[in-house]
Amino acid sequence: MRNPLALLLLLALSNSVQARGVYQAPDDFLAEVFAGSPPPAAVVWLRGEVKTNVADILGHNYPALRIRYWGEGKRTAWILEEIGKEKPITVGLVVEDSALQNIRVLEFRESRGWEVRHGFFTDQFSGARLTGEQELDRSIDGISGATLSVRALQKLARLALYLHSQTPHAHDSP
Amino acid sequence: MKRPILIAPLLAGLLTAAAVNAATPTVEELWKIIQQQQAEIEALKGQQQATEQKAAAADEKAEAAVEAIEDTATTTGNWTDKTHIGGYGELHYNNFDSDNPDRDDDIDLHRFVLHFGHEFNDRIRFFSELEVEHGGVEADGNPLDGEVEVEQAYVEFDINENLQARGGVFLLPVGILNETHEPATFYGVERNDVESIIIPSTWWEGGAGLSGHYANGISWDLAVHSGLEIPTSGGSSWRVRSGRQKISNANAEDLAYTGRVKYTGIPGLELAASLHHQTDAAEKDGIGLDEGLLFETHAIYQNGPFALRALYAEWNFDGSGVEADGADEQKGWYLEPSFKPRKDLGLYARYEDIEGARDQDQFDQWEVGVNYWPHESVVLKADYRDRSHDLSCGDDCDSFDAFDLGIGYHF
Repeated sequence: MRNPLALLLLLALSNSVQARGVYQAPDDFLAEVFAGSPPPAAVVWLRGEVKTNVADILGHNYPALRIRYWGEGKRTAWILEEIGKEKPITVGLVVEDSALQNIRVLEFRESRGWEVRHGFFTDQFSGARLTGEQELDRSIDGISGATLSVRALQKLARLALYLHSQTPHAHDSP
Repeated sequence: MKRPILIAPLLAGLLTAAAVNAATPTVEELWKIIQQQQAEIEALKGQQQATEQKAAAADEKAEAAVEAIEDTATTTGNWTDKTHIGGYGELHYNNFDSDNPDRDDDIDLHRFVLHFGHEFNDRIRFFSELEVEHGGVEADGNPLDGEVEVEQAYVEFDINENLQARGGVFLLPVGILNETHEPATFYGVERNDVESIIIPSTWWEGGAGLSGHYANGISWDLAVHSGLEIPTSGGSSWRVRSGRQKISNANAEDLAYTGRVKYTGIPGLELAASLHHQTDAAEKDGIGLDEGLLFETHAIYQNGPFALRALYAEWNFDGSGVEADGADEQKGWYLEPSFKPRKDLGLYARYEDIEGARDQDQFDQWEVGVNYWPHESVVLKADYRDRSHDLSCGDDCDSFDAFDLGIGYHF
């Protein structure tokens, strides 16, 4: 009776244990988005109304003074983080013409909610825009048992769309 | 007459030429002026360069200051990222309309739970849940109705991107609520009764388990662990919920096994089925209860504001005693449609039908209610229940109506 237990414990303690959680490095994501040559990083400073609106979207202050982005034409790319249940989820987002073009989970370390990093979930965000109330213009179907991870991605999608509107790339080709 | 006319312009010209000759600098003077101006230009250039250098230095200092602040924030984040504290709680008020004089209205701090977690490194982490139920176990020297329980305390290992192992005390992968039961995540002040009487949630055991998940949305769990020690005599005989040993010097003569397959490959949809096998559900030979097998399946579907939860669970036991008492098959199911007209408001209805071991655990119940979320992690609840018992067994089997209020939170 104890053999299966021992086998599982051996598996658990095996030296084959490898790190997980990092699915794509931010640099690789940017290289992919900008065909190998990302533009220099620019920043949006979090102050005044921008800081207030960012806090409204997240439900708390963003833990930085500024947020870096990479912009070209009417397109911007963002590497943002938000806590799911306990751990920060790192997400790469691309906004073009004020619509979300791509959202990809780069790092995910939560024990539950792994579904949010797969295309069958993130595809729902494609083309999403912000309404006047800074909400997404569509309903995102959740995943049972992964409520907090789903919520984190929704917030980051809204945040990237809002921050994009604060850059010159939202208006004209700079 | 012509002479004065000719003389006047001539005189004017001479005078002007003299004045010009007097204002025009010499070449030497011009050279001097140029040198002075060049010196001034050089001085201005130097000042501008100094100003630019100062500005650049100020930029560098500002950048360094911002980076230092961000580094501090990151360092702090790393510390907090290693150890986590969370929790949840729920307070219930139950108002009964019943013929049973012992069924009093009550208000109860049903659960207060603290989570502690720690990340040893990127691939090994610890998680725990310490729960105080019904307000505690003692106050001012007097016993209370509650319990203090360690419901989770396990270490989890990442074997690779898709495979995890865990060892310790963990929640069994059965049903909808057993693993996810923060009050803001479900409808109803009280949890549904199927996942209390048939699936004894919250149900935790000690042992080891493996979990795998894949990009197509399929996941599986397999665990070997301690089992139930279901009573075979007395008022709670054959009652599954009374068999939880809670890992308190638990009898482990016979281990138990649990497996689950789950599909979540379509957003809003979850389909799952679990099997749990008890080699000896009484953990003792020859007392009328031997093997036990629990089959559970459920579906969750959410489409926009509409959602539906459905669950079915059934136990089958072997053993002369349990069969003689007609408790060898215990089962229950429920259906729960819900509607969220607003982000912060949800309405639901639930019907459940339960055939448990004891007479008082055999009933059907209608329930309707509302959840209001003033914050995504805080919920206010109200519901109405109408329970009808199948059998008559005195006060314990009284059918009743109840009005419930609750407040819940997690962080």
